[in-house]
Amino acid sequence: MSGIEDAVIYALLFVSLYFEVFLLFTFLENRERLKPGKGAEEIKIFPSVTIIVPCWNEEATVEATVESLLSLDYPEDKLKVFVVDDGSTDGTWRKIQRFGKNGRVRIFRKENGGKHTAVNLGIENTGSEFVGCLDADSFVDPKALKRIMKYFEDPETMAVAPALKVHKSGNVIELIQNMEYKMGIFMRKMFSLLGALQVTPGPFSIFRKKVFDELGPYRRAYNTEDLEYALRMQSRHYKIENAHDAFVYTVAPATFKGLYRQRVRWITGFLKNAVDYRFMFLKREYGNLGILVLPIAFVSVFSALFFVGRTALAAAEFAVEKISLLNAVNFDFGFALSSVNFNWFFVNTGAMWMLSFFVLAMTAAFVAVGKKMADGKFRFSRDFFYYLFLYGLIAPLWLTKSVYNLFFAKNASWR
Amino acid sequence: MREINWTKYIFVLMVTTAIFFSAIFLSGYLSGKKIEELKNIEDNISMNILASETQFALLSDASCENITNSVLSQELNSLASKLSYMESSFGTDNAEVVRLKKYYSLLQIKDYLLLKKVGEKCDSPPVFILYFYSNKGDCRDCQKAGYALTYLRNKYPRLRIYSFDYNLNLSTVKTLISMYGIKNDLPAIVINGKVYYGFKGREEMENLFPELRNIGKETAADTDETKQSAE
Repeated sequence: MSGIEDAVIYALLFVSLYFEVFLLFTFLENRERLKPGKGAEEIKIFPSVTIIVPCWNEEATVEATVESLLSLDYPEDKLKVFVVDDGSTDGTWRKIQRFGKNGRVRIFRKENGGKHTAVNLGIENTGSEFVGCLDADSFVDPKALKRIMKYFEDPETMAVAPALKVHKSGNVIELIQNMEYKMGIFMRKMFSLLGALQVTPGPFSIFRKKVFDELGPYRRAYNTEDLEYALRMQSRHYKIENAHDAFVYTVAPATFKGLYRQRVRWITGFLKNAVDYRFMFLKREYGNLGILVLPIAFVSVFSALFFVGRTALAAAEFAVEKISLLNAVNFDFGFALSSVNFNWFFVNTGAMWMLSFFVLAMTAAFVAVGKKMADGKFRFSRDFFYYLFLYGLIAPLWLTKSVYNLFFAKNASWR
Repeated sequence: MREINWTKYIFVLMVTTAIFFSAIFLSGYLSGKKIEELKNIEDNISMNILASETQFALLSDASCENITNSVLSQELNSLASKLSYMESSFGTDNAEVVRLKKYYSLLQIKDYLLLKKVGEKCDSPPVFILYFYSNKGDCRDCQKAGYALTYLRNKYPRLRIYSFDYNLNLSTVKTLISMYGIKNDLPAIVINGKVYYGFKGREEMENLFPELRNIGKETAADTDETKQSAE
């Protein structure tokens, strides 16, 4: 059994290492292109854009979201904002009514049908060349739209995803996400350079309107419609880019419960959509997405569970053993501390440990690059360590639930 | 859709393989260094024991203190913990670890015999415990017993603990087992020629071995004397 387990661990470590080295090479090949704001202000033509803000019980943030859109550095006559109240039961409708008189804003109200129905309503009503969406708990940087539109100068580009940051981070849960999103900026850019973006995030991904005309509207897609749409586009070979310097700020869950629910929805959605689009796996015609990114992303959910489960089991065994040993000497902590040996001889120099350390070090390097891409510079901070050392402890909880949902056909709810 | 750059895939595969096998090679190299360190320690102990035996044989009227000091090498303890670590890292069946363990057991027995001789000559009966364990997974309390014994050895530096793997395929250890009639009901300890089975906590062992309290007092008195002479 231990022989098989070791073989599985080495195989997973090899795959993880391969993927990280692949990303590292992609980064090194393109590092000159990753400098922020390069040429972004140079766009001369400003096509018409409609941004749809779907909202359901978002009275606390919707006004600021719309205000941030109206403050975008983009010609006023080329930008429309559609606010769609998806049957809110709080004061959302009252809050958005004040924008009704603004010529650039149009408000809609409909029965609750899910986020995808609200966005689809906006898409049906727009005559703009480009259309995007902004979740009502997100805010845009004034330059974000210009930076995104630069990518549409390439007529083959069909959608552009932005760079997401956490709006405000105070507690540990928010700080962990703050760093995770910054790493996400790096990862998303790498995937886009490989032509392998698998999600066009709800907050401020912009599409050519003709994409919806050709591929149809959003579907519920296990409450991860933005993920499904990106996969639908990739399956038809539509090009998706990423503007790594088009910053969008989103409100991250501040409690563990909120984070857990959000991640269960995301991961369950990813797994179920991946199963639906399994025909893309390991097929050359779907490029790096089919050959590398999708299979590894899918397997990584299970391998993360395997590694974390194994580590948790080892940690529990270690704790039980130490307690039993301490009990044997009547809990003499002085002796226990004095018997800790710092000689190099006792440092674990097993190949498995070295490789795990190497994989973790590469992850830390990617987080650091993501932070530099997001902030313009890298400095060690609390959130860096929180992410590296705490994320792995809490992520298995939603991974487990998501895998359960995958096999037992449960859909994760929005809230 | 970007074209797949197969050259990149192959290049990354080569780099990953190189990193992977470098880690395996480095790990093997460092393990070799550790084995080498263990061998050096064993050689050192062997040399010390041989020197003490020779000294004992040459100078029948040698000062007891000199002989005793040279025999009571702390290196055996250090070797024990390192050997135990290697066992947990490489597995109990690893040929090199088993070889080192056999050598270690022999060194312990030699040390034990010499200690007994010195005890007779110097009128200072040896204070020792023989400890038999198994790490085949059939002895739940062996680890606890080992830890409690380490505690005692730390508390009473003059106490010698000789630990033997009950299942070690070494005739000398088998002789020791049959000499004391030790059954396969581990952990087992031998105190003053009497065999005790099962886990014994530190207080229980102190009660079973009253001499411990005397050597504890001696150690304290020695320390006081050393302090006074330093003043």
